[in-house]
Amino acid sequence: MPEQLLFAMEVTLNGLMAGVLYALVALGFVLIFKASGIFNYAQGVMALFAALTLVGIQQGQVPFAHLINAIFGTEVHHFPWHVPSIIAIILAAGVMVLFAWIVEKYILQHLIGQPDIILFMATIGLAYFMEGFGDIMWGSDIKTLDVGLPQGMNMAIDEATYNMFGYGFFIDNLDIVATVVAALLVTSLVIFSQYTKQGRALRAVADDHSAALSVGISLRFIWVLVWSIAGFVALVAGIMWGAKSGVQFSLSLIALKALPVLMLGGFTSIPGAIIGGLIIGVGEQLFEFAIGPMIGGATQNWFAYVLALIFLIFRPQGLFGEKIIERV
Amino acid sequence: MTTVTDMNADSYVTADGRTIGGVVMDLKNITLRFGGVVAIKDISFDIREGEIRAIIGPNGAGKSSMLNVISGFYKPQEGEVWFRGSKRPPMKPYQVARQGLARTFQNIALFDGMTVLDNIMTGRLNHMKANMFQQAIWKGKAEREELANREICEKVIDFLEIQHIRKTPVGRLPYGLKKRVELARALAAQPSLLLLDEPMAGMNVEEKEDMSRFILDMNDEFGTTIALIEHDMGVVMDLSDRVVVMDYGKKIGDGTPDEVRNNQDVIDAYLGVAHD
Repeated sequence: MPEQLLFAMEVTLNGLMAGVLYALVALGFVLIFKASGIFNYAQGVMALFAALTLVGIQQGQVPFAHLINAIFGTEVHHFPWHVPSIIAIILAAGVMVLFAWIVEKYILQHLIGQPDIILFMATIGLAYFMEGFGDIMWGSDIKTLDVGLPQGMNMAIDEATYNMFGYGFFIDNLDIVATVVAALLVTSLVIFSQYTKQGRALRAVADDHSAALSVGISLRFIWVLVWSIAGFVALVAGIMWGAKSGVQFSLSLIALKALPVLMLGGFTSIPGAIIGGLIIGVGEQLFEFAIGPMIGGATQNWFAYVLALIFLIFRPQGLFGEKIIERV
Repeated sequence: MTTVTDMNADSYVTADGRTIGGVVMDLKNITLRFGGVVAIKDISFDIREGEIRAIIGPNGAGKSSMLNVISGFYKPQEGEVWFRGSKRPPMKPYQVARQGLARTFQNIALFDGMTVLDNIMTGRLNHMKANMFQQAIWKGKAEREELANREICEKVIDFLEIQHIRKTPVGRLPYGLKKRVELARALAAQPSLLLLDEPMAGMNVEEKEDMSRFILDMNDEFGTTIALIEHDMGVVMDLSDRVVVMDYGKKIGDGTPDEVRNNQDVIDAYLGVAHD
């Protein structure tokens, strides 16, 4: 096989796996949008906050250490223990559930029946608040996240492809793990929303609040549930991205990459978020590989957005989004 | 007031052979205000098991407000709501629904993204007891429940003659059919009281006839207790066992269609005599 084709295959595979990571972020948006019609601007910051909390718990950091030291003149920064990864993940998930409950009680409760734009603005406020709160709580230095996920080149694949084609593929172990985790997550979310009573209630709430109330669905419960799940998805995304590039402020900007994914896949479709992520991931890599050199490279920065823009013109509801039908 | 309403007291049989039981819903001295506006003023009436009870009145009389009080969407400032023999504490609408009260809305409230069947299945949500895990793997209790609930929904679908659209997303349906799907969802809950807010608004003569037939059959076959608001006087007088007439938030008449028809206050309200 010619070298160029093999290289293109490798690029495609890597694109697919990068796409999975985009999809993980997009998934959080879709969940909340489906259940409450809110575009949750804070999703990216939630991923950052979740990752910060995870690292903080794991390393036994004292929350609000800077604040405490400044007020009381003390010198505390770490507890004398390290928490095992699995327990830290469970605790961080617990924090995200608590966070969901607080958001529902202190924000959403008071905005019932308000136009979507108001709710959207509230999530912008929430994003800025959490950004600062995360900093105060865990400090603003860049942290490394290590929950024991394998990293680096997968030797087995390298060897196998080398023996087959005489050219070894570079596939990152972390990307493989992310793919498996994302697949599990999506499968369970689809089963949850299609086959369980709570899932049906969730879709009902997304469509019409009054009607949902009239068949006995508690809006509060559904909102706490869906924000908790979105918080959990944020945690998973935070772990994957954090392990890849460290836990730092720029983590919250991955939310921007989720936007074109959503436009492609549709804001209301869980499978759409995955397919959208994959298309963007592969498209980005292949475009850079094939066209990049001709136009000076660095196409990854804008390719996804241009693709989304073209999509908006021809299919505004995305690939899998519900078509908006308006009878006049 | 501590008297508990005896549900079996004073049951009687109507001219067409249906048995009307004791009081299901008893509203006592309900007053509802929005700021300075009094929407409902000191209204009392009851709804008996198995009857079709109509609430009529000119526009703005407070009929829909009354229905919203019954279904828990509005909280009256004064008065008591007694349901199936006990006084109802202040409740959220979803709690009221879980007590066995279903309703439809004046401006249809359906789940547009879901199919007709899924919409109707939401009416069964409160009858599902299996936990999330059982439901996810669809085994044991969850499977039995789902099948039983499906059967009830299919029965309702047959009954309301909407088999041909069961898999259609509701958003695509014309108005008349949407109204019917909404009714189906409420009926699927097998409510002990069914509230219909203008079930025939905006329908043509043929659709109105269909809807009237469904309401009567529902009451006859399933023994569903129905309270409805309707503008079409002809329809109301034909359908209902007893009628409450409201005007400017007050009750001006209550009785059988014949009694109400001959009530001077009611005639005045509809012909427009000046209020002083």
